[in-house]
Amino acid sequence: MMRKALAIAAVFGLASFAAAPASAETTQAPLKDVHWAFEGPFGRFDQEQLQRGYKVYHDVCSACHSMNLMSYRNLGQKGGPFYDPKYPNANDNPYVKTIVKDFKVPDIDQDTGDAIKRPATPADAFVKPFPNEYAARASNGGALPPDLSLIIKAREDGPRYVYSILTGYMAPPTGMTVPVGKYYNPYMQGDMTSNWHGAGKVPEGGFIAMPFQLTPNRVTYDDGVGATTEQQAKDVVAFLAWAAEPHADERKDLGLAVMIYLLIFTGVLYASYRTIWRNIEH
Amino acid sequence: MSGPSTYEPKTGIERWLDTRLPIIRFSADLLDFPTPKNLNYWWTFGGILTFCLVVQIVTGVVLAMHYVASADLAFNSIEHIKRDVNYGWLIQGIHANGASMFFMAVYIHMLRGIYYGSYKAPREVLWILGVIIYLLMMATAFMGYVLPWGQMSFWGATVITNIIGSLPVIGPAITTWLWGGFAVDNPTLNRFFSLHYLLPFVIAGVVGLHIWALHVPGNNNPTGVNVKGKEDTVPFHPYYTVKDGFAVALFVLLFASFVFFNPDGLSHPANYTPANPLVTPNPIVPEWYFLPFYAILRAVPNKLGGVLMMFAAIGVLFVLPWIDTAKVRSMRYRPMIRLFFFVFIFGCLVLGFCGANEPDAHPFPGGSVGTFVDADLNSFVWLSRLGALLYFQFFPALLLVGLIETPLPTPESISSPVLPQGATASPEKKG
Amino acid sequence: MATTSSHEDPNRRDFIHIAAAAAAVGGVAAVAWPLVDQMNPSGDTLALASIEFDLSKVVLGQQVIVKWRSKPVFVRNRTPKEIAEANAVNISELRDPQTDAERVKPGKAEWLILIGVCTHLGCVPDFGQGPYGGWLCPCHGSIYDTSGRIRAGPAPLNLAVPDYAFLSDTKVKIG
Repeated sequence: MMRKALAIAAVFGLASFAAAPASAETTQAPLKDVHWAFEGPFGRFDQEQLQRGYKVYHDVCSACHSMNLMSYRNLGQKGGPFYDPKYPNANDNPYVKTIVKDFKVPDIDQDTGDAIKRPATPADAFVKPFPNEYAARASNGGALPPDLSLIIKAREDGPRYVYSILTGYMAPPTGMTVPVGKYYNPYMQGDMTSNWHGAGKVPEGGFIAMPFQLTPNRVTYDDGVGATTEQQAKDVVAFLAWAAEPHADERKDLGLAVMIYLLIFTGVLYASYRTIWRNIEH
Repeated sequence: MSGPSTYEPKTGIERWLDTRLPIIRFSADLLDFPTPKNLNYWWTFGGILTFCLVVQIVTGVVLAMHYVASADLAFNSIEHIKRDVNYGWLIQGIHANGASMFFMAVYIHMLRGIYYGSYKAPREVLWILGVIIYLLMMATAFMGYVLPWGQMSFWGATVITNIIGSLPVIGPAITTWLWGGFAVDNPTLNRFFSLHYLLPFVIAGVVGLHIWALHVPGNNNPTGVNVKGKEDTVPFHPYYTVKDGFAVALFVLLFASFVFFNPDGLSHPANYTPANPLVTPNPIVPEWYFLPFYAILRAVPNKLGGVLMMFAAIGVLFVLPWIDTAKVRSMRYRPMIRLFFFVFIFGCLVLGFCGANEPDAHPFPGGSVGTFVDADLNSFVWLSRLGALLYFQFFPALLLVGLIETPLPTPESISSPVLPQGATASPEKKG
Repeated sequence: MATTSSHEDPNRRDFIHIAAAAAAVGGVAAVAWPLVDQMNPSGDTLALASIEFDLSKVVLGQQVIVKWRSKPVFVRNRTPKEIAEANAVNISELRDPQTDAERVKPGKAEWLILIGVCTHLGCVPDFGQGPYGGWLCPCHGSIYDTSGRIRAGPAPLNLAVPDYAFLSDTKVKIG
């Protein structure tokens, strides 16, 4: 009986890992082995890392990538990069108020009806780099820079994937023809067969329309941490992971309390069950 | 075992209500229902399933207060729930993972029914109502998954509604009617939301009939032997309310581990990308509980054939009570058919594994071994055909094995422990 | 049918059963709270719970209507004559007695900020209408003075003053 139960449980565990592999033709280099503070049931976001990550997003990525699900007030909410317990209402958070000063958002002038740009408030969504998809494509050679609000959750093994791509650019090996406006990245899924004219095996990876961005010290961190390529990539991935699920820390905290309660409750119920059944021959 | 009610109203109010609407009598009779005293933990899944249905309805109704069923707003409304609605992330996590837990429980519940012969006379209608509930659950879950309007929502809906188009003559008309247009789009989403809200209440109604149909003959039990008298039973409350409560608590422990520590573990990253009718994700996979059927669908080279085979895989369940020729109910005493049953379960797992993978990919290391008929032998296509064989073999086995097997001696009754001639106690652990 | 089998009835007052029931009740309450709280205003609604407004847009003697918490708010730049008229009223004659000073901030009496919802049945009163030059509600004829106090008509209370604070001479935060 128990063996059968264990077998069935094991199968459900396995089934949840039966991830679909890539289509038989495309390849991708195995993702880099990196770890973050927020991983695992006991991992939590490091607020300073989130601040650095926001700076990378703001200084480097926001020129092309929107984050439509984020509002400036989210930066000041509990768990966020600029949360301060003295200001439970993110609208009052001084960092948030300073940050929004740099932005102007599109609006309608109520006196004339014209389209204008007014100063942003914390309630506003992150400013979009382009007004619509067509403008985004036109400015990027036909490619659409994806919205980054959920990118970490929208990709298999998101944090490692995004980190690997950001840090994985390399010069294309001799014999590879790179299409105009694209760049070789071994961590992109792709099929190089038709672009490979060199010796040896077809290299793994694919092409990406974004060039390498995280040059060393492209961003200057306010806390003095060295802005290497790897550090910037780690920090921006942490920020994006938070942006994809701002309540992750709260979820894990509540989860711990719930599991402890459930373990106790299950134990008490079991004792109650055994007491009631004590005198029954069964 | 439904007999006369033994409830006696104690207070004036109870007497007054009892002559007008005997709901207290009804509840008291349910709580006192004589239940076999030897039920093991496989019997707790009925209570677990009721719990799941209540959880899904409560969280679903609450989510519907915030969800917007419009193609341009649906995806963002769910993100709004997860980010801005107080505890929205928790309610949505419970609802999404609750569907998986619901199916996990229903598969165990159905396998229990097959193993212990709970579908056999006089419980055929009970079994059929159960299969109806299962079909309603599949429809509800399918439509529910479309509502987030992610890539997998959209393309899963497209693939599955398209297969209906393979039905001869009427297929395309039905598909267009289902879509409300020329492809899955806003009209489809709106009607799926309406029906997704409706069907769980239909399920609740059929569950009521299911429990009614159960209470006429009373529960089956692990021996498959009928209840002979009062010494074989205990009142449902407190004996099985507390046992089911304990089982639900264990179930919730597993459920909570998903909700709090791996909320996206059972779903697909592609559904975090908003639906795009112009870009197909690679691959398209349904949720895990549909994978075996997806594998059967793709195992048959003919589109209509695949559809019919897939429907047959569920349809055969309706006639299960009449396929099985054995006189003994419980497989505890039928060692021969048990083997075929475990092969059947293994077949389900193989099919599930196949459903998650690309048809042309290689299940075993060693790459391509050569084409046989229409596909490489080392491909998921052929593995899913094997899986389908392992699945379907069970039904002719039920028909034939019942006629030729020699079952082990069954006990006289639930209460009298039985020692078969010259052997030690029965092979299964009780309880 | 209830059984009277030969087993002993479990003692319902066993501590373990009470403990289990208590834990269950606690669990249900803990589960019920999120289900109730989710109907409270969500994060994005709360974000609009307070707004900042630039007073330099309001010309002397005029008002601007600004939307706050989905309601209209009158921001009125009063002339000295309007302020004097408001102060000259005999408080004991008012249906809802309040001095003008109670309805403005000290030193900033020219700024009158009111929720523009008639306290009768919720219509938006018209600016500058009525015998006091305050407001007149077109729905049932409630008349408000230059301090927004009810003077005639069916409304029971003065126009409400929201929470607000001056962030500077030209900027006010409402809510």
